[in-house]
Amino acid sequence: MAASAAIAQPIPARATSAQIRIGRLLSLAVTHTVLLAGAAFMLLPFVWMLTTSLKSPGEIFSADFTLWPQKFSAIENYDRALTSAPLLRFALNGFVICFGILVVQLLVAIPCAYALAKLKFPGRNLLFVLVLLGLCIPVQVPALPLYIALAKLELLNTYFAIMFPFFLSVFAIFLFRQFFKGFPDDIIHAARLDGMSEFEIVWRIVVPSAWPAIAAFSVFSAVAHWNDLYWPLIVVSDMKLAPPPLGMMFFADAETGSNYGALTAAATILTAPLVIAFMIARRRFIEGITMTGVK
Amino acid sequence: MAASAALPRPRRSRQLWIERLTGAGFAVPAFILLLLANLLPLIAVLYLSLTDYEFGALESRFVGLENLRKALADPIIRRSVSNTLLYVAIVLPGAVLLGLAIAVLVHGRKRSRGFYEVAYFLPVTSTLIAMATVWQFLLHPRLGPVNGALRWLGLPEVPFLSDPVWALPTLAVIGIWQLLGFNMVLFLAGLSAIPKDLYEAAEIDGCASGIDRFLTITWPLLGPTTMFVIVTTLITAFKVFDTVAVMTRGGPMGTSEVLLYNIYLEGFQYFHTGYAAALTVIFLLFILAFSVAQTFVLERRVHY
Repeated sequence: MAASAAIAQPIPARATSAQIRIGRLLSLAVTHTVLLAGAAFMLLPFVWMLTTSLKSPGEIFSADFTLWPQKFSAIENYDRALTSAPLLRFALNGFVICFGILVVQLLVAIPCAYALAKLKFPGRNLLFVLVLLGLCIPVQVPALPLYIALAKLELLNTYFAIMFPFFLSVFAIFLFRQFFKGFPDDIIHAARLDGMSEFEIVWRIVVPSAWPAIAAFSVFSAVAHWNDLYWPLIVVSDMKLAPPPLGMMFFADAETGSNYGALTAAATILTAPLVIAFMIARRRFIEGITMTGVK
Repeated sequence: MAASAALPRPRRSRQLWIERLTGAGFAVPAFILLLLANLLPLIAVLYLSLTDYEFGALESRFVGLENLRKALADPIIRRSVSNTLLYVAIVLPGAVLLGLAIAVLVHGRKRSRGFYEVAYFLPVTSTLIAMATVWQFLLHPRLGPVNGALRWLGLPEVPFLSDPVWALPTLAVIGIWQLLGFNMVLFLAGLSAIPKDLYEAAEIDGCASGIDRFLTITWPLLGPTTMFVIVTTLITAFKVFDTVAVMTRGGPMGTSEVLLYNIYLEGFQYFHTGYAAALTVIFLLFILAFSVAQTFVLERRVHY
């Protein structure tokens, strides 16, 4: 804090232009030094993960540390990781779960949000209060009864069990309601006069205009559910259904001999999809994940 | 509005009737799911917390507040609550103040801004469980580069995750690592909303130094953002589970057991369902207290 303030050009009023230039350069140098040091700390685990996944066991266990591998064992490490655990299956599970959850979330939340924003119907205010209440309840709270119910219905160890608690996103309803409220009433009235049904108005007129909010929410949802551990840990014991975090946990438990080459290779494979997506769509990701705060 | 008002009366009331029907129809699926996935389970948790039900048992008794009384007297639970609060007490100032500092520094950058955003935000998107495995390796007493660096500096080795004193603070540092970029982005959004001419005006008024400008303009105007970041960080930190479950399993000697981890153990490993439900109620009370603060802050943000 002190550093940031101090380097923001504390230039005396009667400084010469040369002094100003030197001051600027100095403050720039300090700023970048601090930022680069922080960035190194943030990136260290990623760099170490990548390079370790390329190293041979001898090098990993040696006492002197080198960042860059001297002898590459990438093929053995990745081969070991992919053959000793179904990593691609975990990733596929992640895609199936994230996609399934997102589709239902959008299909359920969009009409509801439209109704809350634009239509008058009995119970509207009560529903909105319940939505606000739902915003405060994390999944760990209903987990016990949901687990018991799913066990009684013999639905544990199914994709359905992993996805069910997230089909309704009160956050999506809340967000889309805010967004739809700003949609001009005149256009909706005009569409009604043209004989469009409310169903058509939602999906053909309102939704296309809400694309930024939907995209941002999709990123938020996908990141949250790709990375979620708590709920899958409870309802999944069959390794074949594990999403990436749970799969990584199974794999790390199985690799007790601290085979770090294979472990980091597995970590690389399971983090890669989201990290690559983030690199490609940086703006969308940052918008999506932080929109709770920015909106 | 004008168009619909001009309609003959019967059509107008028919229109209203259709609106009520479609509105209810649109809301019904969401309402049913809300009932099944949130509200009924919430009531069930409250009820279960008053019984001695164990998952799989054929019968259970109503025990009133006995579970809650037992939980509040249980040294393990007391320790896990205080561990959770200690974790929050480290993560909260760390992630908020560092997030603010980094945001202030990144804000003025033009060409390098993209790089810094990616670098600091990357941990937010990455799968924490996978990265936890990497952290375990980084902090390994013999094989990890962190202890390697300590040895190179001539300092004693630190068994970060297996030492009772170090385990929880180490997890907290990883928590900060994961949250920092998120907070930075929120602060960046707040900073870009501060009008530039305010700084120029302040300079004319004699607020020349960076510290002065930060204290007179940036800090007060960032107030709502800061409040919001504090509350979201509070809630996220209080929900710590993943790193504990993977890296320490509550150890060594329970020094890194946190509330959610104990709920998980009691509810889904030992199947003390009634007791776990009472712990869930305690957990929910904390979250609700934070959420009330959040709603309050959100309201204020909306009015800004």
